[in-house]
Amino acid sequence: MAFGIYIHWPFCKSKCPYCDFNSHVSDRIDHNQWKSSYLKEIDYWASLTQGRVVDTVFFGGGTPSLMKAETVADILAHIQKRWRVANNWEVTLEANPTSFETSKFHDFYAAGVQRVSIGVQSLYEADLKFLGREHSPEQARFAVTQAQKIFSRVSFDLIYARPQQTLQSWKEELSEAIQISKSHINGHMSLYQLTIERGTPFFTRHARADFEMPEQDLAADLFDMTGDMMGAAGMPAYEISNHAVPGQESRHNLGYWRYDDYVGIGPGAHGRLTQGSNKFATRGHRAPDVWLNKVQEFGHGMHPFDMVSPLARYQEALMMGLRLSEGVPVERLIQAYGASIDDILSKDKIASLVKEGILEESQTHLKTTQSGFRCLNAILRYIM
Amino acid sequence: MPSTPLHKIRNFAIIAHIDHGKSTLADRLIQSCGGLSEREMTEQVLDNMDIERERGITIKAQTVRLTYKGADGETYQYNLMDTPGHVDFAYEVSRSLASCEGSLLIVDSTQGVEAQTLANVYQAIDNHHEIIPVINKIDLPAADVEKVRTQIEDVIGIDASDAVCVSGKSGLNVDQLLEAIYKRLPPPKGDATAPTKALLVDSWYDSYLGVVILVRVMDGYLRKGMKVRFMGTGATREIDRVGIFTPKHIVIDELGPGEMGFITAAIKEISETKVGDTITEERHADKVTPLAGFKPSIPMVFCSLFPIDSSEFEKLRDSLGRLALNDASLHYEQESSQALGMGFRCGFLGLLHMEIIQERLEREFDLDLIPTAPSVVYKLDLTDGSKREIYNPVDMPEVTRIKAIYEPWIKATILTPDEYLGGLLKLCEERRGKQINLSYVGNRAMIEYNLPLNEVVFDFYDRLKSISRGYASFDYHVDTFIEGDLVKLDVQVNQEPVDALSMIVHRSQAERRGRHLCERLKDLIPRQLFKIAVQATLGAKIIAREDISAMRKDVTAKCYGGDITRKRKLLDKQKEGKKKMRQFGNVDIPQSAFIAALKMGDEK
Repeated sequence: MAFGIYIHWPFCKSKCPYCDFNSHVSDRIDHNQWKSSYLKEIDYWASLTQGRVVDTVFFGGGTPSLMKAETVADILAHIQKRWRVANNWEVTLEANPTSFETSKFHDFYAAGVQRVSIGVQSLYEADLKFLGREHSPEQARFAVTQAQKIFSRVSFDLIYARPQQTLQSWKEELSEAIQISKSHINGHMSLYQLTIERGTPFFTRHARADFEMPEQDLAADLFDMTGDMMGAAGMPAYEISNHAVPGQESRHNLGYWRYDDYVGIGPGAHGRLTQGSNKFATRGHRAPDVWLNKVQEFGHGMHPFDMVSPLARYQEALMMGLRLSEGVPVERLIQAYGASIDDILSKDKIASLVKEGILEESQTHLKTTQSGFRCLNAILRYIM
Repeated sequence: MPSTPLHKIRNFAIIAHIDHGKSTLADRLIQSCGGLSEREMTEQVLDNMDIERERGITIKAQTVRLTYKGADGETYQYNLMDTPGHVDFAYEVSRSLASCEGSLLIVDSTQGVEAQTLANVYQAIDNHHEIIPVINKIDLPAADVEKVRTQIEDVIGIDASDAVCVSGKSGLNVDQLLEAIYKRLPPPKGDATAPTKALLVDSWYDSYLGVVILVRVMDGYLRKGMKVRFMGTGATREIDRVGIFTPKHIVIDELGPGEMGFITAAIKEISETKVGDTITEERHADKVTPLAGFKPSIPMVFCSLFPIDSSEFEKLRDSLGRLALNDASLHYEQESSQALGMGFRCGFLGLLHMEIIQERLEREFDLDLIPTAPSVVYKLDLTDGSKREIYNPVDMPEVTRIKAIYEPWIKATILTPDEYLGGLLKLCEERRGKQINLSYVGNRAMIEYNLPLNEVVFDFYDRLKSISRGYASFDYHVDTFIEGDLVKLDVQVNQEPVDALSMIVHRSQAERRGRHLCERLKDLIPRQLFKIAVQATLGAKIIAREDISAMRKDVTAKCYGGDITRKRKLLDKQKEGKKKMRQFGNVDIPQSAFIAALKMGDEK
């Protein structure tokens, strides 16, 4: 079972109106204090997971490209000190394409980052503005091009199915994005449809009808077109919203979807950890100050662990696994549940989904079809 | 207070169409006779229930004893009987009228004679009443006394030359009316020396007094402590209270022949008191011939009521029970529906009765209800020679077992300004009506139609009002049962029937109704993983179909390590929501879709 480490940097320069992640805007960040707290929590986690080999590290946020490169370097060095790490370990850092952050790419590379994931979101000025982003299309193009020169692997994100977006305009925008990505052989793109989340400014604005989201059929057409274009460009979807040249999939994220173990370090970071025959869900305190204080006091900023019940393990393995093109091995579901799943997974329901071309069933795997991906929530509601 | 000699007593009813000012005039009569002081007068004192006051209708019969000092120097006892004005309560009207010798016929001088007025007047005539026509609201600018006078003579056929013209609102000429009552109405007959014989006019439950029985004494006396027998039920009780309403309730020693008032006798349930029963003294019971009783009230209109929140089922049961305490005509029976859960099949006297019960349940008992489409009673001859009555479409037997179905037909009277006649005739024809008569009363048309009741229970009254901009008036009584080409229309979702939407319709209407229902459900049922077929069927035959195409998109774009717990909990929560869903084949349909389908009315 793969083993990943997720490091959460909870700060952004500004909050994007669609984002419901644990991110905060702060003028005064004591970088030294943060660094020492991360190192402390690494010690805590390493003591709990002796013998595990680290396959991947992922710096997420927030905006981890706002971290000092030195902090990143020290964290990576500390991880290597506390755990054994795989020879081919994958180290990813999320970055925003402002010029300030782009200028730090060399230093991040020197710190040990091999792969960057850049939050481009759109190549159009007006849409970037709507999404509350701080960069321009030019800065975004430049950031990706720069990254491609420095890092061996580069991914970037786009958000589509935006208000008023047409099939034609997305086709043009995505075509350009594909061109940019293809100038590097190790292409990877995360293409998310905009969703309106509770507790975000967009939620309120949408509720007040300030803007209208694309209706179901258009959103479905946009999704299908995206899949077709990316497939034709040699970057097929390996997950609902993630596309890559084969071999360039994010190994860290695959770990989530394959229901592998990972530890979450930092404010609000989540983890899943197998201990013996049990699986624990872990989460850090969300508020940055609270987390810092807890780490100072106890050596970690975690809430008490929750044991994940066998049924919940099965549900999590299923809902994550069905997001992947490779599907979910039935064996993994049985393992997660710890017993036969015949009683909890209705053969009749699977058969009717297969009949409708929504799922595929092989000897070993359960797989969502291309058209099934569009309705995964409904599928899960139906079979869970 | 000794009882009053017969020749000083006048018992009279007031009959009128809704809004013609009956209650206001009654208030004025009470006030003029000093029954209540100015301070005690609330608007329409006789209508006790909120709903009666708001809707301007009287549901329960009431009596008030007034003491009137006539211009001839004599003091008279007037017993005023306030009767329900609506056709649904025709039964209440008939028993009220049977306890009086005369009626005041109130006609609004700005509106003229209405369909309902006719029905009630005919009942008064059937009861051999002396009738005093009273033309009301003469102080209004739109009043046309002469026209109304002519109408009363033309349409009703009674002499209106000496009609009393009043204004209940201002009190104008109310003194003339009070004089006319003793001069023109006959006193009651009765024998003070004969064994006690009294008519049970109405009864209701009072939380302080128990069951209160409204009586009209024919012969003899009712006194406190007397052992009486209810001849119909055979029950024997001791009277513990004798009284009258002024309208305040006042306990007196006795009620004598010709008098009206109330008794209580430690009775707990209204079902023990049969309206129309004869009350006599126990020791003379064998010597008394009972009075001619009344026809029992038969529910004609049915619908099912389900609580929106299934946990309120018990509360609904209790609430119906409480209402039935005071309403012997309300019938209810437990029912279980696949689409709507547990509820009750209820029988009502008519549409207004149904509406009032629903409104009272929602208002007084704070229930949120889903009523199914109203339906009527059908009589069936089965092939095995047996007979059956159907109150609920789901009880309809297989077609092959049915020899004939009979449906209730009504005789309807509609009065309308001429300009809306065309539209109303069309409405009646569309509803399978058969015209009996068309005549004119001044510039108003009076049409009489035979109509199947099941065409009327839907939205006939609403349509009538909208076609005539509220000017047409409508009244009906159930006439007879006639064999009809009736079929059970079912709605199926993915080949499974939605019981709550089944209805019995005439074959000629089936396709139109079926199409409407399918189209409506198509708009209401959210798209699902699978295609959904909504079909209207007659037996095995599909007469309408709509497809709801499969859902195309419902996915969370992002889901990484931090989202797992939240996402799973969300799915768990949605599974909770599934409890409010009803399963049809491989799809779950929210109950709310069916509720909305039922709420939308027949066709808009």
